[in-house]
Amino acid sequence: MCLTHNFWGFFVPGLANGFLYALIALGYTLVYGVLQLINFAHSEVFMSGGFAGLFTLNWLIGKHHPAGMSSVGYVVIGCVAGAVGGGVVAYLLERVAYRPLRRRHAPKLAFLISAIGASYFLLNLAGKEFGRDSRPIAQPFTQTQTDPLFKIFGTGVSLYYAVIAVVAIIMLVMLDRLVNKTRLGQGIRAVAQDADTAGLMGVDINRVIAQTFIVGGLLGGAAGFLYGLGPANVSYTMGFTPGLKAFTAAVLGGIGNIRGAMLGGLLLGIIENLSVACISPSWVDVVSFFILVLVLLVRPTGILGERLGRSA
Amino acid sequence: MSVLLQLSDVQVRYGAIAALKGVTVEIGAGEIVALLGANGAGKTTTLRTISGQLHPHEGRIFFEGRRIDGLPAHEVVGLGIGHSPEGRRIFPRMSVLENLQMGAYRFGRARKDDLDRVFALFPRLLERRTQDGGTLSGGEQQMLAIGRALMSRPTVLLLDEPSMGLAPLLVQQIFDIIREINEQGTTVLLVEQNAVQALSIAHRGYVLETGSIVMSDAASSLLVDPRVRAAYLGEGAA
Ligand SMILES: Nc1ncnc2c1ncn2[C@@H]1O[C@H](COP(=O)(O)OP(=O)(O)OP(=O)(O)O)[C@@H](O)[C@H]1O
Ligand SMILES: [Mg+2]
Repeated sequence: MCLTHNFWGFFVPGLANGFLYALIALGYTLVYGVLQLINFAHSEVFMSGGFAGLFTLNWLIGKHHPAGMSSVGYVVIGCVAGAVGGGVVAYLLERVAYRPLRRRHAPKLAFLISAIGASYFLLNLAGKEFGRDSRPIAQPFTQTQTDPLFKIFGTGVSLYYAVIAVVAIIMLVMLDRLVNKTRLGQGIRAVAQDADTAGLMGVDINRVIAQTFIVGGLLGGAAGFLYGLGPANVSYTMGFTPGLKAFTAAVLGGIGNIRGAMLGGLLLGIIENLSVACISPSWVDVVSFFILVLVLLVRPTGILGERLGRSA
Repeated sequence: MSVLLQLSDVQVRYGAIAALKGVTVEIGAGEIVALLGANGAGKTTTLRTISGQLHPHEGRIFFEGRRIDGLPAHEVVGLGIGHSPEGRRIFPRMSVLENLQMGAYRFGRARKDDLDRVFALFPRLLERRTQDGGTLSGGEQQMLAIGRALMSRPTVLLLDEPSMGLAPLLVQQIFDIIREINEQGTTVLLVEQNAVQALSIAHRGYVLETGSIVMSDAASSLLVDPRVRAAYLGEGAA
């Protein structure tokens, strides 16, 4: 009943959030696939993408008010900057926080502690260097974010949501092709299914693991930029809640399962926002984590199941 | 006979446990060499050390005159050492064709003539090429494991118990195919429990016992050696 009057009005923002969750969730799931490890510092990869996008666009745009094709250009530049920022930080994390432990055959718990330590380090480093206040990104378009660009079922879709959807769909399709059609994808799937045997086939396991972190970082970093572009802005703590929710989404879809992460992200975004309509906005985070607990209790392998390195 | 692969006094440990205590083995170009031994003797450890999955703490391994014992596995396969591991280790969620393509990973993509060769040796794999590796029967998985190792165009092929768990008819077929692969020019190091059949296709053989080589001879001599017969055929005491 709570949804009958304005279903699409809640669905569209939920879907947009869902795309962001999906992009971040892929970072968790890809790394889990090759290492059977949750990279809890991934929320800081996301945050790094936000700051990279912020600095790049604020420097390039300054006080201008771009329009038309130059708006498109700035969105692309912002995404690339965010992706590169996320990719670099993810790569450094792998080299500094994980690889040394792998070389020493450390127990799983050591990886978890290292992840949390790295996460705290990056969080506080960003807070110290970039300030504790949240900062808006210079808008690449003059049209205000909330103005409807076009309508779906009577609901206006803002430019901001449209940008998120377009960027996310492009990145999801590219990732799907990367995993299924390229040599790197072949290596990622082989390492996920049987790392020792992948080595026997000529796969350089360490290299594939590093590249997997980078790919996850590119997606998460771009998501950080897109998130910061919106009303949430960019701050050193911005990764915490979206990171946990994307982790929930990855578990919901089936951790290690690439299409599961996409599906889980979209579902979580939508469910979460529809629940806002039915309960109250202040319950939104509670709903997400209730879903996490429920999935873990009822179907711990997630909707599509925990299938590492599945091609299709 | 030119020596293709040479292990010289190789010692390997798992933590404090010594698994190989000074193994010296020579494999000539074009040979089939059988490596026999009881459970836990160190056969698998020997193969894993050759292919770079384990590294000796003493001793050396030479392949085509080049020292290889420090190299990681992914570089060793690039030199021309193919390994069909114990337990087959098929990628379960890749199709038969994708598994074969993994074998050719070092070339970037599988070559058509290599695929044709594998499908000629194992017509069953051609029939099943789109099926997931994990759903193949044990015998089919074994064929796939051998075929996958061949896709890297190895100079020497390491086979770890290729007949394990197969019906007698299929065992015979697998040994015939190993002989055929060898006749096509690939050197083979064959680890087997099935001693009689392994020795009947091999040129030479080694017997491992708790990490040490205790016998090495022509296959035909080992086949009639009373100690080998006692150990593997239960024929009286040695
Ligand atoms: N990962 C490991 N950690 C500790 N010990 C190991 C490990 N792998 C093998 N070993 C030990 O090393 C010895 C040799 O093992 P290996 O697997 O090489 O034997 P094998 O000759 O292949 O036996 P089988 O015929 O049963 O396959 C055994 O005593 C085994 O218990
Ligand atoms: Mg063995």
